Order: sequence, then C-alpha cells, then structure tokens
Amino acid sequence: MLVLTRKPNESIMIGEDVEVSVVEVRGDQVKLGITAPKNIKVHRKEIFLAIQNENIDASRSVIDRIGEIGSIFKKKK
Amino acid sequence: MKIKTKPYGEIEVSEKQKIHFREGLFGFEGIKDYFLLDSREGPFYWMQAADCPELAFVLVNPRIFKGDYELKLRDDDYKAIDAQDRSDVIDFAIVTVPEDHQKISANLMGPIIINRKNRVARQAISENDEYTVKHYIMEEMKVRKEDLVETA
Repeated sequence: MLVLTRKPNESIMIGEDVEVSVVEVRGDQVKLGITAPKNIKVHRKEIFLAIQNENIDASRSVIDRIGEIGSIFKKKK
Repeated sequence: MKIKTKPYGEIEVSEKQKIHFREGLFGFEGIKDYFLLDSREGPFYWMQAADCPELAFVLVNPRIFKGDYELKLRDDDYKAIDAQDRSDVIDFAIVTVPEDHQKISANLMGPIIINRKNRVARQAISENDEYTVKHYIMEEMKVRKEDLVETA
C-alpha cells in the first residue's frame, strides 16, 4: 500500500480524474473531499460491504417456499 | 422467448420484462441482465438473472410493509439510469428469505430503481441513514399496525 502524508487543503490525484483532498482534520476524524467522474461510485467501505453481503444472503433465499411467504404475509395483513 | 428460471423452471417471458443494470448489483457486478417476473403469490416479485438460472432475487415494494417509506437518493442515481422525470422510476427492495420465514427481511439501504422508459436499472444507496440492509418485514408490519390503532 502506498502511504502519503498530506496536510489539510492538500490533495492527491488517482489517475487523471480522481482527486482526494483533505478538508479538515479534527481529533481522530479526517474529512475528505472526493472529486471523481460520475461513472466511479464513491461510498463508505462499510456500506458497500453491508449491501454486498446482504445481496449474497438474498441470493440464497429459501425460495421453494415463496408461495408460503406470500400467504403468511396476506394473513398478517 | 423461453428462459430458465430458479423459481418456475423454464417459462415464457417477453423482452419487455427485461431490465439492464449497467453496473450490476453489489457483489454481482458481472451480471447485468435480469427479467422481472410477477410472483404468483403475494406482493413479491422475482428478478431472475437472464443468463444464470440459479440466480434470482425476491423483490418487494417497501411501502407494502412500511407506510412512511421514502426513497431518498442522490440526483446522480437518477442520472445513471437516464431518468428525466422521477415519475418514470419504479423502485423495489431486495428481500432475504431465511429458513425461519418470520425473519424475512428487506434491504432498504440498497434499493433497486428502474427507469420504466428504457428499462435501465441500478442498485442505489439510500441517503436516509435510518435505513439498514435488514428491515424485518413482520416486525415493521406490527409497528405499522400499532401506529394505525393510535391514529384511529
């Protein structure tokens, strides 16, 4: 991993299109500004992982019983 | 045309049921084309991978179990599916069905949006911080019922 030291208001470039700048440093928190083209998704890693894991769980849904699920749902309603 | 599906085996589908994810789902980036199938039971739909019979997701309209559901996304999400008007967009939550059916849950953090004009779809990330990947549908419905009693 490449490790760079930056001060507030300094930035790094990733390729030609992506800029990551340090907006503010306060205590143990760092505020980052990211400028990237629209086709590059930028999000917090934990959110990305949470959705990815949930999609995998969802793909393993116990599906031969979807009919039953529908009927449970109707009863509750 | 005929396709192989996880829930129903080989069935006839129309090209109109096909939706295209330019970027795939999180964790399934390589799979771009799905067919939307009406589930034969209840308020659920199937999203069947076009070229992978073993891969299908259950979808639901979150408003069915969460009356105050609000789809809150960034403008970029709408642009990414070329949606001119938000009324062109339909949205769903992906459902996880575990062995214990009482624990059926919906992912409100990563909603599916579809532009019905061009049938381009995307898994977005909700801008509402209260939404998680696991909303237990049965629990949410109980809450909803209590709310209704209170207002009545």
